[in-house]
Amino acid sequence: MSSCLSVFVIYMTATTAVEATRPPYWGDRFEAQWEDTRRTLHRLRKSILSILGLALVLGLIFMAVFADRLAPYPDDIAAVHFNRSYAPPSAEHPFGCDEVGRDVLSRVIFGARISLVLGTVVLAIAISVGVPLGLIAGYVGGTANTVIMRLTDIFLSIPPLVLALAVSAILPPTLQNSIIAISFGWWPWYTRLVQGMVLSLKEELYVEAGRSLGAGTFYVVFKEILPNLLSILIIKATLDMGYAILTGAELGFLGLGVRPPNPEWGTMASEGRFHLPEKWWMTTFPGLAIFVTVLAFNLLGDGLRDAFDVELE
Amino acid sequence: MRYRDYLARRLLTIIPAFIGLSILIFVIARVIPGDAARLALGPEATKDQVEQLRHEMGLDLPLHIQYIRYVEEVFHGKLGRSLYTHRDVAEDLAAYLPATLELTTVAMLLAVLVGVPLGVITAMRKDKWEDHGGRLYALSGVSIPRFWIGILLQLILAYRLGWLPTTGRFDGNLPPPAQITGFYLVDSLVSANWTALGITVRYLILPSFVLALSPIAQIMRVVRACMIEQVRKGYVLNAMANGMPQNLLVYKYMLKNAFIATLTIIGLLYGFFLAGAFVVESVFSWPGMARYGVRALIYKDFNAVVGVTLAVGLAYAIINFVIDVLYGYLDPRIRLGYKER
Repeated sequence: MSSCLSVFVIYMTATTAVEATRPPYWGDRFEAQWEDTRRTLHRLRKSILSILGLALVLGLIFMAVFADRLAPYPDDIAAVHFNRSYAPPSAEHPFGCDEVGRDVLSRVIFGARISLVLGTVVLAIAISVGVPLGLIAGYVGGTANTVIMRLTDIFLSIPPLVLALAVSAILPPTLQNSIIAISFGWWPWYTRLVQGMVLSLKEELYVEAGRSLGAGTFYVVFKEILPNLLSILIIKATLDMGYAILTGAELGFLGLGVRPPNPEWGTMASEGRFHLPEKWWMTTFPGLAIFVTVLAFNLLGDGLRDAFDVELE
Repeated sequence: MRYRDYLARRLLTIIPAFIGLSILIFVIARVIPGDAARLALGPEATKDQVEQLRHEMGLDLPLHIQYIRYVEEVFHGKLGRSLYTHRDVAEDLAAYLPATLELTTVAMLLAVLVGVPLGVITAMRKDKWEDHGGRLYALSGVSIPRFWIGILLQLILAYRLGWLPTTGRFDGNLPPPAQITGFYLVDSLVSANWTALGITVRYLILPSFVLALSPIAQIMRVVRACMIEQVRKGYVLNAMANGMPQNLLVYKYMLKNAFIATLTIIGLLYGFFLAGAFVVESVFSWPGMARYGVRALIYKDFNAVVGVTLAVGLAYAIINFVIDVLYGYLDPRIRLGYKER
């Protein structure tokens, strides 16, 4: 935090000092960038559905962070109250209680933590492995490209969920291992996306201009190519956040993800299944939580796509 | 590039990827789990018995030798013994695969038959209420957990209202159609067993619909985008200026071009169907390969895990190759070796 601040201060001092001697086009460039951002924000604000998505995502993050204060019965992650087993939805327990009397609402609130952590870490791994590999394959080309892309083909030759299932079966069922299992099949999509885009971007005139002025590989890749990929990566990551959470829930549902008594939504829905049709609330509400969460990220991602005005396919 | 070269090049990427996949899955299944022999014999077996079985299963050999042996077995039609069913995994797959292929194929047909018209309608009615409705459906369709909507529909349509059967593939009190291909739809049609056909269809409706729900949305969006792109093309303006009837233009000319782009996503979606089968078969107790696979995963039945994963990879590869062939066939630029720019 303090380092961020000091960088900012240095930047401000430097820019104010340079202001007087600044060549005119620097200012233009800054203006243009600001104008661009402003238009993007404007387009985002105008779409009701994207604002709804953003509000839902912020709400989920809030719910996850303050789960222990928001949940009416914070002890119910693990506590057992046999006197209220299978209590149907009521004023005290809006989502009812499960087989050992745990409040389903409290568990759904705590479940947001697990799902958001899972989605965030899976994407962090997928991006930090997939994007550099894609940059190398696309920019360096040659043998590096062949090796990386053939490796990607192997991982893409099977649906990510099936690969995640196979990997999670050999690891003990914990949140950490679910994350590993899902990331295992997630990174190649980023490699392929980035590689394809780098291939076309490196033919652009400004890249050639940069290179002919003596810019090094590092500069070209990080300063000229990567910034142009950023909007697409942000959109893909937003949409993928929802899909990674969905995949985690499906692993949990099949009994290969986070195990009970952890309040993971898919696992909760799966446990509730054995008490259907009478105890419908045990399955319905955790499933609804997954649906709303994935929908929120999709609404936001879709809105961002329109706002940035790019095509993903 | 000629059509033949194009297909050859596609094969050259698919085959090495499949071999790579087999190595990857083999390594995952053999290296990390610990002791398959111990798992097979249970906790009461003595150390000598475990060693004996390890030797018989070839688990004491180096990994690459094990892989070569496995490949040899595969060419003899064997995939190793399942620890759970005590049969060869190849026999198990032969028994369970048709049910999964039937379910996924019906779901795919459903997705195309519903998704493409919806895409055309939403494109033609762009920014009207049909389009907004379509967008809302597309966003929720891809967000809804398959197992959840499956359970809810099962609860409402099957349990509460009794319109459709809850679980399974066929009525347990009646004999299934004569075993010819293993696909109940085909078998009952071939043997002209109309009762069986009716029952098969009733059992297929819910699982295939749940499986197709999200792909319908995805196909709809792609077709919509492609159709809107077509509107901007010169041939459309020309046809309209010459007074071509709109329906003819939309459904014969524009849709054909839009459909070519749609094919690519259909190949990708087949993987989605195969993965979805793992969830949907579990919800509806569908006696297919994916449910067998889930059981194998839970009981750490490693030969079965490798077998199922490879079968999924193979089915996915074959479908994608078929799509490539169709793609080249439908797009004369590929078939005739036309090069853009």
